[in-house]
Amino acid sequence: MDRRSFLKVSMLASGALVIGCSRFDQTEANKLENGTWMPNLYVRIDTDGQITIVSKNPEGGQGVKTAFPMVVAECLNVDWKSVTVEQAPLDDRYGRQVAGGSRGTPDGWDDLRVAGTAARHLLVAAAAQEWGVSTDSCTAENGIVAHKASGRSTRYENLLETAATLPVPDVGELKLKSRPADFSLLGTFVPGVDNAKILTGQPLFGCDVRLDGMLYAVYAKCPIFEGKLRSANVDEIRNLPGVTHAFVVEGTDDPRGLRSGVAIVAKTWWEANSARRHLRVDWDTNQADSSADYDSQAAALRGKPGKTLGYTGDVDQALSKASQVIESSYYYPFVGHANMEPQNCTALYKESGHLELWAPTQNPKYGRELISRALRIREDRIHVNMTRIGGGFGRRLRNEFMAEVAWIAREIRQPVQLQWTREDDMRHDYYRPGAWHDFKAGLDGDGQMIAFDHHFVTFGTDGKTANGADLSPGHYPAGLVPNFRLRQSLIDINVPTGPWRSPGHSAYCWPYQSFFDEVALAAGRDPLEFRLDLLSRSYGNTQMDRRRASDVLKLAATKAGWGVRELDDGRGLGIAFHHDHGGYVAYVAEVVANRSSVRVEKVFAAIDVGPVLNMSGAKNQVEGGFVDGLSTANLEVTFANGSAQQSNFNNYELLRIGQAPDIECHFIQSDNSPTGLGEPPIAPAAPAVCNAIFAATGTRVRKLPLSRSGISL
Amino acid sequence: MSDIMLKINGQTVTVVVPSDMPLLWALRDKLDLVGTKYSCGIGVCGSCTVLVNGIPMRSCVVPATSIAGMEITTIEGLDPIGEHPVQKAWHDEDVPQCGYCQAGQILTATALLRQKPNPTDEDIDSAMAGVLCRCGTYHRIRKAIKLAAKYNAATGGQS
Repeated sequence: MDRRSFLKVSMLASGALVIGCSRFDQTEANKLENGTWMPNLYVRIDTDGQITIVSKNPEGGQGVKTAFPMVVAECLNVDWKSVTVEQAPLDDRYGRQVAGGSRGTPDGWDDLRVAGTAARHLLVAAAAQEWGVSTDSCTAENGIVAHKASGRSTRYENLLETAATLPVPDVGELKLKSRPADFSLLGTFVPGVDNAKILTGQPLFGCDVRLDGMLYAVYAKCPIFEGKLRSANVDEIRNLPGVTHAFVVEGTDDPRGLRSGVAIVAKTWWEANSARRHLRVDWDTNQADSSADYDSQAAALRGKPGKTLGYTGDVDQALSKASQVIESSYYYPFVGHANMEPQNCTALYKESGHLELWAPTQNPKYGRELISRALRIREDRIHVNMTRIGGGFGRRLRNEFMAEVAWIAREIRQPVQLQWTREDDMRHDYYRPGAWHDFKAGLDGDGQMIAFDHHFVTFGTDGKTANGADLSPGHYPAGLVPNFRLRQSLIDINVPTGPWRSPGHSAYCWPYQSFFDEVALAAGRDPLEFRLDLLSRSYGNTQMDRRRASDVLKLAATKAGWGVRELDDGRGLGIAFHHDHGGYVAYVAEVVANRSSVRVEKVFAAIDVGPVLNMSGAKNQVEGGFVDGLSTANLEVTFANGSAQQSNFNNYELLRIGQAPDIECHFIQSDNSPTGLGEPPIAPAAPAVCNAIFAATGTRVRKLPLSRSGISL
Repeated sequence: MSDIMLKINGQTVTVVVPSDMPLLWALRDKLDLVGTKYSCGIGVCGSCTVLVNGIPMRSCVVPATSIAGMEITTIEGLDPIGEHPVQKAWHDEDVPQCGYCQAGQILTATALLRQKPNPTDEDIDSAMAGVLCRCGTYHRIRKAIKLAAKYNAATGGQS
């Protein structure tokens, strides 16, 4: 019989189809085919020595396409320079393929290590078998298995035939590297695997996909949210230069799915978008949300108690007995995602009824579901390739653009790329909700915070908070003070909201950490000392490891020279910390400021996410995350007549290089399991800066964007 | 529609374009040179930056027809194997996060270094102000520009 059948029979006869990583399709296990050995879905080694590691999650700048293969390579014991990384498409056999929640690292940590370790285990077993020695007497380093006692060694690629015949080890048999002390590759500074292509302009992003015969499309939706199409002058549009198709799409009622609109398809994107200028649509609209109306609703609600979400002790009594009561209110606006790459997607509907897409998406599986529902196509007929993403930030967890292009592709039966304009992108976002926070804290005679009363006025419909607007009653300082209450009121909303990098946290860390400074000041206490003392107290579950939070605070403060340095007039240090998606981050921001402007000169960052996978990627996330937090403190999206008023970067001005501080990062690498860094660096940025502004000028910022408080960045 | 000749990365190509089509879309949709990116379409974000006779220009607002005959450098033309000092510095500092803005950043930095081989922080802030980075790689961009300046000096000249 031929070799392949022999191998298959061997596998079956040994009964060894149990794979190390439980979510792998068992029939894919451990095969050698056409000169390529695939012990599992993550690792491929060719007989010519080429090593390919598959990266399963979407890559949008958070660095997983480099860091995750590093984990596999670390456990496979190969030289990183010999590794080529390949992006996986949507493939259910990989399990979760989402860039969100900072879950990639903690969720992938086990599978990735098992994949590398299991493959290495098989190679060692293969060599041991060939040499007639024990596996314990062999080592595997840098792509070579060696048997020291006899001086024999061989490269991995010489062992593939034998390795493919062996039973895949049980996870329990594998000894997984887990501590920073064990790593040789993990924790080092490794440049991104796509750098060569990025730096030379090679196709990488969703908008870079080019297929033979591809057409380009725009999709016009109602600028007023939830608006539905009645009629459009598509006949006229069809006759415009370059236009190949123009048609209306009825869409669905799914607010996260295919909405009604007009598709214009042309030979170039420019011609499609130019034709759009002549488009006249009759829209049916049913809402007219405005920021002014939100403000009025908020004012009315803030005068009332709100719904209690959680409490401990008796905050009213504690406040009535307090030596001092500090009251303060904070406001921050809605903000948008503003990814540099506007939403887009490419699709090809084949005559077989199969659909293939090339999507910059953070959640391809959800996109496939949306398409399946909207087009009534079976999910197993929808294939999603993941392109690199020009920024996710939570926007691309919503995939309506995938459903849009899928519909267009099926209508026109030609390959097509849908590209949104920047205006489409800013006006059809799922915004991070704004909110009002009214605080009341009580101090006892010793300057201890013994009561914390919080009225959170946010957005929601029918008693349910809007997506991204939640605040847990377990959030600090719950568990750190003896009397605590969180009450919530909801403002009616028809504007779409959704996850924005570190949902909730990135918004409300600022009022919390700013108010802590106000309370500390009222008590005559240092902001760092106040926080460390607060974290030392225990009145119940705090949902965080208070020691890790204290440690990052101390480290940032030490590096900044907190309490040690003499600062000139107009120069101030501000401190803030947060616990977010498993990570602990503290910043000390050093600013130079006066009553009307601030320059953030330097940031001292302390971070604890357990072991760092890629020191370069990790620092980049912190450096960039701080800029994101600061930039966003200077931005707002407002609404009028049911639509967003901001449309492009001229009226939504992101931070520019001259406003970005110098920043130094200090990691505490504990032996905890690693957690993600996509989100934790955002939240404490704005409060660290605002606390520094107060230290420098005596001005307390209570309204964002900064310009609303009269401060220019 | 207009028949125009464009000099791109040292090669002359002929394209047929609508007379108002910006250079950006001629590059991306007519010539499949996708390294130059669309982000705002109104010339304020810098993602679409190309060099025209060595000067950074926003290709999303410059009609292709107005550029005929001038030397255009896109990111693909800097050095296809990535050995240009700015590209090397960008890699060594591992500047990119998502990478979408980086073509604009690199070309703008290249133009700056040709003008000012040893730029100060103020020079950098001023020259690079026009290119947004949503991911916040500014800190690394500054470091990479200074590193590229060193690389240039080491090879005894600019590129």
